[in-house]
Amino acid sequence: MANVAPSGQSEIRYLTPPAVEVKKKKYCRFKKNKIKFVDYKDPEFLKKFLNEQGKILPRRVTGTSLKFQRKVANAVKRARHLALLPYVADLLK
Amino acid sequence: MLNQYETVFIVTPVLSEAQMKEAVEKFRGVITAKGGEIINEENWGLRKLAYPIQKKSTGFFTLIEFKAPGELVKPLEIEYKRDERVIRFLTTRLDKYSIEYAEKRRNKKQSATKPTEE
Repeated sequence: MANVAPSGQSEIRYLTPPAVEVKKKKYCRFKKNKIKFVDYKDPEFLKKFLNEQGKILPRRVTGTSLKFQRKVANAVKRARHLALLPYVADLLK
Repeated sequence: MLNQYETVFIVTPVLSEAQMKEAVEKFRGVITAKGGEIINEENWGLRKLAYPIQKKSTGFFTLIEFKAPGELVKPLEIEYKRDERVIRFLTTRLDKYSIEYAEKRRNKKQSATKPTEE
């Protein structure tokens, strides 16, 4: 009993610090950059929210807030109507 | 009540430059004749379409920003539909954020064109 070290020394020590997964926090780029309006006339910008097939990426991937996800979806649909973005694509980007 | 609107339309590429200008002129006339006030006009020139429309893969894009009463939009869109030269159109009302954005865009365009003039 006597050789049990005081609390500080009984810790388990690792040679290399254990790999703790540090998740990069996602953020809403509209809130961060204070963008108030999503422009449907700018297809290059809207492409950031599409995958290769031209589908709209979910919020859980892009980190966009709900308010702006709706606006992005609207803008993408307007851009598609004006043939600035394709409805179906194979190798966008 | 006056709202601010923005309309983009695509004119078929088979027309010559002059014919295209004439088509744009016609719609400008439609807007002003019914009490609209044109704020800004942008000509994007011949652009590639993301997918073919009426078997055409390019088109002349024109953007017109205008202030007008709401009753103007319906006749304007009917006019678009009747005109065979127009292959696509979109009219949107601008809210306070998009008005801000449109202003910024206009100013940027002006400052971008100025240095080339000098």
